Amino acid sequence: MPETSSSPEITPEVVRHLSGLAKIQLDESEIAQLTADLGQIVSNIAKVSEVATADIPATSHPIPLANVSRPDVVGDNVLTAEQALSGAPEQHDNLFVVSAILGEEQ
Amino acid sequence: MTHELIKLSAADLSAKLASGEVSAVEATEAHLERIAAVDPQVHAFLHVNEQALAVAAQIDQQRAAGDELGPLAGVPLAIKDVLVTTDMPSTSGSKILEGWMSPYDATVVARSRAAGLVPLGKTNMDEFAMGSSTEHSAYGPTHNPWDLDRIPGGSGGGSAAAVAAFEAPLALGSDTGGSIRQPAHVTGTVGVKPTYGAVSRYGAIALASSLDQVGPCSRSVLDAGLLQDVIAGHDRHDSTSLTDAWPSMAAAARAGATGEVLKGLRVGVVKQLQGEGFQAGVAERFNESIALMQAQGAEIVEIDAPHFEYAVAAYYLILPAEASSNLAKFDSVRFGLRVTPEGGGTVDQVMAATREAGFGPEVKRRIILGTYALSAGYYDAYYGSAQKVRTLIQRDFAQAFDRVDVIASPSAPTTAFKFGEKIDDPMAMYLNDITTIPANLAGIPGISIPNGLAREDSLPVGIQFMAPARADARLYTVGAALEALHEDQWGGPLWTKAPDLLTGQAGLAGFAARAAGKDAN
Repeated sequence: MPETSSSPEITPEVVRHLSGLAKIQLDESEIAQLTADLGQIVSNIAKVSEVATADIPATSHPIPLANVSRPDVVGDNVLTAEQALSGAPEQHDNLFVVSAILGEEQ
Repeated sequence: MTHELIKLSAADLSAKLASGEVSAVEATEAHLERIAAVDPQVHAFLHVNEQALAVAAQIDQQRAAGDELGPLAGVPLAIKDVLVTTDMPSTSGSKILEGWMSPYDATVVARSRAAGLVPLGKTNMDEFAMGSSTEHSAYGPTHNPWDLDRIPGGSGGGSAAAVAAFEAPLALGSDTGGSIRQPAHVTGTVGVKPTYGAVSRYGAIALASSLDQVGPCSRSVLDAGLLQDVIAGHDRHDSTSLTDAWPSMAAAARAGATGEVLKGLRVGVVKQLQGEGFQAGVAERFNESIALMQAQGAEIVEIDAPHFEYAVAAYYLILPAEASSNLAKFDSVRFGLRVTPEGGGTVDQVMAATREAGFGPEVKRRIILGTYALSAGYYDAYYGSAQKVRTLIQRDFAQAFDRVDVIASPSAPTTAFKFGEKIDDPMAMYLNDITTIPANLAGIPGISIPNGLAREDSLPVGIQFMAPARADARLYTVGAALEALHEDQWGGPLWTKAPDLLTGQAGLAGFAARAAGKDAN
């Protein structure tokens, strides 16, 4: 059963920092909730380090394949510009429209 | 007629289609009518295909013209909304993709169309496949056809419920940590997670790329095999796709139905996947099925898998890490939602506001968790260690498969729980996946088949079989063998005991059991 104690590592400041890294704006109540949730989750999953000794190799892929390559020619699944833009929230002159990169203070 | 058509297996329906006894239009109409009648209660579908009858009519024309058609031509198919389709929106259960139309088809969808299957619609799911109950769908939960107050499992609750409620004979699902097998368990249906790389992931909106695998949902083992035969095989658009030549899974299922295959079969039972945390009725049915297989000549071997107790922990580090990276593409620029803060904002602010508005709470939780697991200073302790646990779990399996042909376990620890029961306790929700996660971490195939009704609540339970990587056919053979024994014992498939959604009457046996509060089998 899950432990209820939260991890001391997870503070509202940590969650606020992570929200910036993940580019998800969070309000104060979400930060409070996530601090509690993450604390509980981390205290339950931190046990992976108990058995992960230095001599064990890491597995990143369940069935590793050697380098997969193909002939250097245009594939048969290339989108047209029109198709690529078809789902964009905003487009102009066959291009994606992006909001300003720099703010006023920059 | 309509009533009979919707209860046919895909295999039987396909025979009637081939002989001309039934047309694809009739079969499709029957299922569309069923959807109209029961989906307001079940909510398995997010979208119903307006083109379904036209597609069916075309199949009928091809058949009339003498064209060579695949065995499933004219059979209706439900498609999990994680798979992209050109003719229907693909949302993956998220508001951030509401109404989004893909410019291309997922490979499994393209192969299904080429085989003549008739897409009926897109099925509901937990947002981006994160969940075990469909309660995290941005479009409201799907209801379990066995008890509408209970969850249908997740993330593929929509596909499992569609099949269980006779809204479709077949459905496509995706399984990252049990999202095909656990819904099969709680809805009394069949679900298969193939070997990693057996089925293309091209066009499956990625959750965790090293764990995701597309597979079939159905009401019988043979039907699942027929669908896997359509969707499996190498796809050069997916660089993790295996180049193996696969044997026919349908043929493997047919071979298994004779029951002879159980003689001498070595079945492993994992010490760590029983006991505490498993509901009494789940354990009871599991033990009965093991005894039944033993009586048919199977050899039962206890397996020690000491690292399985770390599987859930490793999974909930690896999955959020991969998901946080995969979901970075929802950036308010290329597709989906864009929310601009009042008075405008920089691309950073627009992105953060878009993701705040477009993602639900579970998606935010996992992205933040994954970002944490990958952040400097924690990477080795968390993500690095989790990848080592993955090695240890693969070794546990390798040692087990030196001694046994298949491993059996309950497909999930409990029967379907009620809505709201676990929604506020993410860790309790995550622990539902203890039986299914090890197969994803190791990349091996798993099948869940109906295993009766739990004594205490008369709700369906499933039994899971796992086999070594690439031995998918073995699962179909063993699954079909036990299915045949069960149907002999039960006097028919488990679904005959399901309540009637239209009259509200419980299935015969289920009703009697509920009234008497005792054994349904």
